[in-house]
Amino acid sequence: MIDVDPSLVNWSRAMFAFTAMYHWIFVPLTLGLSFLCAFYETIYLKTGNEQWKTITKFWMTLFGINFAIGVATGIILEFEFGTNWSNYSWMVGDIFGAPLAIEGIFAFFMEASFFAVMFFGWNRVSKGFHCFSTWMVAVGSNLSAVWILVANGWMQNPVGMAFNPEKARFEMESFAEVVFNPIAVSKFTHTSSSGFVMASAFVLTVSCWYLLKRRHIEMAKKSIVVACVFGFVASCFVGFTGDEAAYEVAQKQPMKLAAMEGLYKGERGAGLVAMGIVNDVKSPGDVQDPFFFEVKIPQLLSLLANREFGSFVPGIDDLVWGNEEENIMGVNTMMEKGRYALTDLAAFKEAKKAGNEQAAEAALARFNENQEYMGYGYLDTPEEAVPPVFIVFNSFHLMAVLGSLFPVIFGAFLFFTVKGQITEKRWLLPIGLSTALLGLFAQQAGWVTAEVGRQPWAIQGLMPVKIATTNLSTTAVQVTFAMFAVVFTLLLVAEIFIMLKQISIGPEGH
Amino acid sequence: MISNLDYVTLQQLWWVLCSVVGALFLFLTFVQGGQTLLWQMAKTETESALIVNSLGRKWELPFTTLVLFGGALFASFPKFYATSFGGAYWVWILILFTFIIQAVSYEYRTKPANVWGTKTYETFMFINGSVGVLLIGAAVGTFYTGSSFSLNDMNQVTWQYTLGGVNLRGLEAAFSLFNLSLGLFLVFNARVLGALYLLNNIDFSAVGEMETRLRKAVWTNFLCALPFLLYVVVAILLKKGFGVDEQGVVSMVSFKYFFNLFALPHLLLMLLAGIGLVVWGVLAGAFKNSTKGIWFAGLGTVLVGLTVLCLPAFNNTAFYPSTYDLQSSLTIYNASSSHFTLKTMTYVALAIPVLLAYIAYLWKKMDSKKLTVDEALDGEAY
Ligand code: HDD
Ligand code: HEM
Ligand code: HEM
Repeated sequence: MIDVDPSLVNWSRAMFAFTAMYHWIFVPLTLGLSFLCAFYETIYLKTGNEQWKTITKFWMTLFGINFAIGVATGIILEFEFGTNWSNYSWMVGDIFGAPLAIEGIFAFFMEASFFAVMFFGWNRVSKGFHCFSTWMVAVGSNLSAVWILVANGWMQNPVGMAFNPEKARFEMESFAEVVFNPIAVSKFTHTSSSGFVMASAFVLTVSCWYLLKRRHIEMAKKSIVVACVFGFVASCFVGFTGDEAAYEVAQKQPMKLAAMEGLYKGERGAGLVAMGIVNDVKSPGDVQDPFFFEVKIPQLLSLLANREFGSFVPGIDDLVWGNEEENIMGVNTMMEKGRYALTDLAAFKEAKKAGNEQAAEAALARFNENQEYMGYGYLDTPEEAVPPVFIVFNSFHLMAVLGSLFPVIFGAFLFFTVKGQITEKRWLLPIGLSTALLGLFAQQAGWVTAEVGRQPWAIQGLMPVKIATTNLSTTAVQVTFAMFAVVFTLLLVAEIFIMLKQISIGPEGH
Repeated sequence: MISNLDYVTLQQLWWVLCSVVGALFLFLTFVQGGQTLLWQMAKTETESALIVNSLGRKWELPFTTLVLFGGALFASFPKFYATSFGGAYWVWILILFTFIIQAVSYEYRTKPANVWGTKTYETFMFINGSVGVLLIGAAVGTFYTGSSFSLNDMNQVTWQYTLGGVNLRGLEAAFSLFNLSLGLFLVFNARVLGALYLLNNIDFSAVGEMETRLRKAVWTNFLCALPFLLYVVVAILLKKGFGVDEQGVVSMVSFKYFFNLFALPHLLLMLLAGIGLVVWGVLAGAFKNSTKGIWFAGLGTVLVGLTVLCLPAFNNTAFYPSTYDLQSSLTIYNASSSHFTLKTMTYVALAIPVLLAYIAYLWKKMDSKKLTVDEALDGEAY
């Protein structure tokens, strides 16, 4: 029914991944730095101390440089669903389009309009209104995160909809279910707080550079205190919400969780891999050991996945071939049911076209029995349902390890700065200098976990990526990919140079 | 009240809402038009700074409106979103491309260590204002001229137009005289609007000569726009259109749009009022020493835009017609979201007046004083 060109699918994926990851270099900084600017400005408003105004303006300049390229990389994502995933857009646009439209109405305009006041309003509006505008930029940017993550959360856990066989598409049935989707909630809390961590880390990095150079010392210390309070609270929250995210994944996307932990054989009282080297040639169902080396904390995975010691956590093999004992239906069985569903759907359409209402009704009744497995009907082999374990495991563990470092780093800097000893503890400064980079790695690793772990699904269980693409020539996508790669990279280079220059000019350079 | 609206009403309402967003975008292209005027109008660094900073306080508006236009179409007419963006691939990718390079240009243009130099970013702005607007016009033109695509059982689009064996995926839209004329009209109209906006926004006390240049530019660009507008209007009136009968069968109907105008007389009124307002704004800006021209010409552009977007959608007409397979053509009834989604989105749309209100409020607050040379040369300026 649908011919799939694997090279087209892979290039489309590569292009989406590339543009999304680029967007994600800048977005977390926007999410957090907007709030930090609002904090600094509020302190200025309360104390009237001009030094805080200088600090505010300095971070705002860096915010603006970052923001511009965040916007530039965002517009392409929005339209890419249409240009490169048009079959997807048609099949689920009824549900997926709404959050994107709402994001525009509620978030982007708020951000864009108050942005102009924040940058050019210093002498045009009152101090109070200016500060209010800065807060609105922060609220607006985080609202945009709400809506886009509602959209993304829906792809991970499609709820609140039903399939319409006449139109061959999914249609929304409950807006509230889509918005309060547990995955969307955990995504938003985790992602926005991770953005706060990222921005705090960025402020810490720049400030440590000044301390190392012995420039702008007062300003750097002031910046550090606020950033570290924010960063410390946010990084604790990130750990907490990350745990919540993992719990939701375990409930809704058990295959992703199994890949995150490299768990092939499910068990009761499963242990959490604290550290491990994944055997990258292992495939599902064979007898190889999944790890060359691993350190496990007993019982912890069961606790994390089901909030219960001794509970059963399914492994990849259980999910692919089923496990009767634990009452798990395998992908192989679902594929069979999915094929029936697809055949019956085709029969339904055929009968409708021929005007044979009776046959149509019968086909529809048969279809309804298996329709929840429809997506599985498109898979060629049960193993296809397994995401790349090596990537998912490593990116997840990288994120988690970095995640446990951040509270320690922010805590230490806060402690020594408040005690007035930070300039003496010079050994700490290089650590502070590296935090922004660590944050960036954790950010990217987080999305790789979430998105690669979702493979092969564009919409979990319903629509594999391979049938989501636009029917284009591979060359067209390759050319587009190259265009974006070149332009985004040229812009990134400019961004980095401008950023470094502004940092070296420093806050008093205005 | 919204919960009682029937499906057809909602489908029509949402086409009107999307058209309003599109028409507002056309008004906001004064930013794009202004960008193309930069090199011609500014003879000194100071004058450039004034123009860029004046536009720079507004550049996010057309950009974000374009994003919203995409989002609103995705939510309310997903089949159109999928068919047009996926089908006429290259037109849309190129349009997006010109907006990507625009987005960084204001912020980076004069920043130290910007690597590629001021001229590069100004070129980006120029490309956005010319190529970007032209292609948007060509894309809108396909509402009237149709495109060459087919949809299969699963509503997947296949683009059929090839030239010498190469599938142009929408680029052919720019080869049609009609589409090109619409595009060029929009480019010149954007320049008229750009000049009118700058006249309204800048304090010319130190740069009087630029004011004279801008007033002249209003007139010359209007004269350039006129023939394209006339051609487009006449062509629309004489064209065969894509009519849909009771059974949903699409066929070519002579003078379809001409009849639509009379079947929908408010559109005719909007078109005439719109053109009148644009002319009024132009005369005020070019010859009357007025700074208010932008408001008349802007409103006029919105009205003309609304007519252009609504005319091919109502009165049993297919708004996204396929010339390859007439029956694949999209109407607002077969391309829309479900009743439930449209209803939900209508509740959401109640927020749009609030949105417009605070944008207008901030605009007023920020622009009550004209932009001065001092501000444009300030260390934090663009
Ligand atoms: C500074 C960035 C950062 C840090 C330190 C962490 N995360 Fe994270 N994580 C993200 C940034 C992030 C993210 C980029 O924001 C992701 C990608 C998708 C999402 O929802 O958030 C994410 C996703 C993500 C997912 C996948 C959710 C899904 O697929 O739906 C899980 C299970 C976790 N995280 C768990 C954790 C744990 C247990 C952490 C350690 C304490 C942790 N994260 C630290
Ligand atoms: C901004 C941070 C994001 C990053 C870094 C990211 C990363 C990725 C990656 C790496 C892939 C390719 C996975 C693979 O093919 O193995 C991908 C695919 C995809 N992602 Fe994301 N993603 C992000 C956000 C989102 C959001 C918010 C959405 C939805 C609103 C989304 C929707 C998709 C879609 C539709 C695909 C293509 C289909 C697929 O390959 O699954 N992504 N993304
Ligand atoms: C694939 C999914 C995504 C799409 C389609 C998308 C779309 C966009 C668009 C169109 C813009 C420019 C907005 C403007 O006109 O000002 C933008 C910027 C931005 N996006 Fe994304 N985005 C995606 C992923 C994300 C994610 C995952 C987040 C946050 C969690 C996010 C948060 C932001 C923020 C904070 C900006 C900064 C600029 C602004 O809001 O104007 N985006 N995005």
